[in-house]
Amino acid sequence: MAEVRALGIDVGSTTAKIVGIDDDGRIIWHVLEQADPQVGKQVEKFLELAREVTPILSVPIEGEREIGVPLIATGYGRKLVHQATRTVTEITCHARGVFRELGHGGTLVDIGGQDSKVIGISPKGEVVDFSMNDKCAAGTGRFLENTANRLGVHLDRLGEVTLSTVEEVSISSTCTVFAESEVISLIAHGVATEPILKGLHRSLIKRVVAMIRTVGLRPPLMLSGGVVRNPAIPQILQEETGEEVIIPRHPQLMGALGAALIALELVE
Amino acid sequence: MSIIDSLLYHWNVNILSHSLLRLNIWLRAEISRASWKSKYLAPPLKISWLNKDLVTRHWLRGHYANQRHKVAWVTSGAPTELLKALDYFIVYPENHAAICGTARVAVDIMSVAEEAGYSQDICSYARTDFGTLLSGKTPVGKLPRPDLLLACTNICQTVLFWYRVLARHFNIPLIVIDTPFVYHSEATEHALQFVLRQLEQAIPVAEQVAGKSLQERKLKEVGRLSKMATELWLEIIERNQHQPAPISVIDQFIQMAPIVEMRGDAETVDFYAAMLKEVDERIANGIGAVKGEKKRLLWDNLPIWYRLRYLAEFLGENGVAIVASTYTNAWGELARYYDVERGLESLALACIYVILNRSTGHKLKTMQRMIEEYHLDGVILHSDRSCKPYSIGQMDQRDRLIREFEKPALLLEADHNDFRCFAEQQVANRLAAFVEMLER
Repeated sequence: MAEVRALGIDVGSTTAKIVGIDDDGRIIWHVLEQADPQVGKQVEKFLELAREVTPILSVPIEGEREIGVPLIATGYGRKLVHQATRTVTEITCHARGVFRELGHGGTLVDIGGQDSKVIGISPKGEVVDFSMNDKCAAGTGRFLENTANRLGVHLDRLGEVTLSTVEEVSISSTCTVFAESEVISLIAHGVATEPILKGLHRSLIKRVVAMIRTVGLRPPLMLSGGVVRNPAIPQILQEETGEEVIIPRHPQLMGALGAALIALELVE
Repeated sequence: MSIIDSLLYHWNVNILSHSLLRLNIWLRAEISRASWKSKYLAPPLKISWLNKDLVTRHWLRGHYANQRHKVAWVTSGAPTELLKALDYFIVYPENHAAICGTARVAVDIMSVAEEAGYSQDICSYARTDFGTLLSGKTPVGKLPRPDLLLACTNICQTVLFWYRVLARHFNIPLIVIDTPFVYHSEATEHALQFVLRQLEQAIPVAEQVAGKSLQERKLKEVGRLSKMATELWLEIIERNQHQPAPISVIDQFIQMAPIVEMRGDAETVDFYAAMLKEVDERIANGIGAVKGEKKRLLWDNLPIWYRLRYLAEFLGENGVAIVASTYTNAWGELARYYDVERGLESLALACIYVILNRSTGHKLKTMQRMIEEYHLDGVILHSDRSCKPYSIGQMDQRDRLIREFEKPALLLEADHNDFRCFAEQQVANRLAAFVEMLER
């Protein structure tokens, strides 16, 4: 394995990821786990793993400031990564990561566990505008997670079940809590699970499309984040925007990759 | 007022505040300046203590005002000169609410209003005022009971309902000055005449409550002082066209208290003359509000009173200075309408041409002008849950700032006085991402 020259860590609300890249910025190592509420412990574990795969790696130990391989932290828990050389927001990191992976600008939609963002990226890879969900989990993965639980459908099967039907009921609530009540009411009226699920996906995507409008859609449309594992999401996003949706090879690692690429600049 | 009361008043307001309080405020300000450690921000202005002294004395006078004056509670866009000329002691509930906001007691106070049934959707200034009304809670000691209310609709329609609540609560007269909205660049003659007639009709009501007649000489004197203070304020904020900006908009938010609540007083003119002098000294010595200023921003809408320091420090740390604001400009841009020779007509003009009584297009033009004159790199639009008239149109204004003027613009959701509408983590994230975007 090539030598890890820089590390990026993305501490999200639902998952935590670490990426190691080589001199050319290629992902040569990564770990992805459910987020541990004890961020410090999880980060230390990630760095232990990094030391195992690259014995020559000299990762800074907590409390010590000297830099071995530079580490940039991003994501909601970035400030808790005390070992980081610097912290950078997920907006900048995602833009950097996806630009590297796909090689072009456009509009990036990232749907995470508890936040969604739309980032306008210039042809040179710079962030030109962004929008994020505010004070509310509408339009995020948590919206689907909550309602899927209520319907008794496992998250891994959510997309498959959703796409198995052409029928759809309209869900008017964009609020996660109210949508759950609406789902309960629909079940009580005997509506089948699949059309409800499809309506829920549509509701989430409509919220995301409103955010895309705020930033202004500059094609191509790109999609990243953990929710991409659900195939119904890109399909419905495509239906709602009329644009082909491009997904990078590691959609969940774009933030961590971007962070590692910024770290690599420190080496250079 | 009895001789004992009069002596007590002079002891408390003039002697106590002029000596002990003043000394205390000066000493604390000097200690704060001497121990200033921020690596990113210039120390507070030397005249800050004078501001604090003026404001403290104002509220101390307010404590005893009912003994010596008729008291009027007024909205921030009201033609206060009329009442000043009749020797009213003026209280601005909005200003008092802002003090509660900076002291971080506003939510505690407004909760009292909410428990009494006032919805959380009502302006947080109004809720703070109602909370003080119902509980007596205030960080300024005591608010004097009003004898008259004056509400001008040039800042919002909420004041109409807010002041009706006050009128019912105190059972006192309420004067409403209704200002037709200025949709295009100029107000119609009919609209101006409409406001002028209302001002004429307000005079006998104010005179009756005051128990004295309005003297033209006195009105001219107050008008002259208002004009001088607003002109000085405008000069001060325009000094920020200089790079680095000598004072930040966060400084302006603090230093604007006298222009709002003591407009028409001679002391206010003296204060801003001293401030202008200090600002010019800073320019001459190359001192910027933010050390190593890299980027310059515009702030739209009211301040987030309970997070001023956080904003100043976060942005300062990143070399970002907020140097211009449509809000602080609002108290300066009216200077040209004050004309002592035109009497009531000039007051009508100053009422009608308030930024919130003008179109969203006008605000966009103001921002465009500021971007050019102040050499700005971006804009923060505070989407203020409590101030709908100021926030409406911001989505379109943001779009046009980005597309037509190619300036990055951030919409920041918060509330001027209610910290429950401020999501710390989200705001920090957006600000950090915005700053990174500016650095590209």
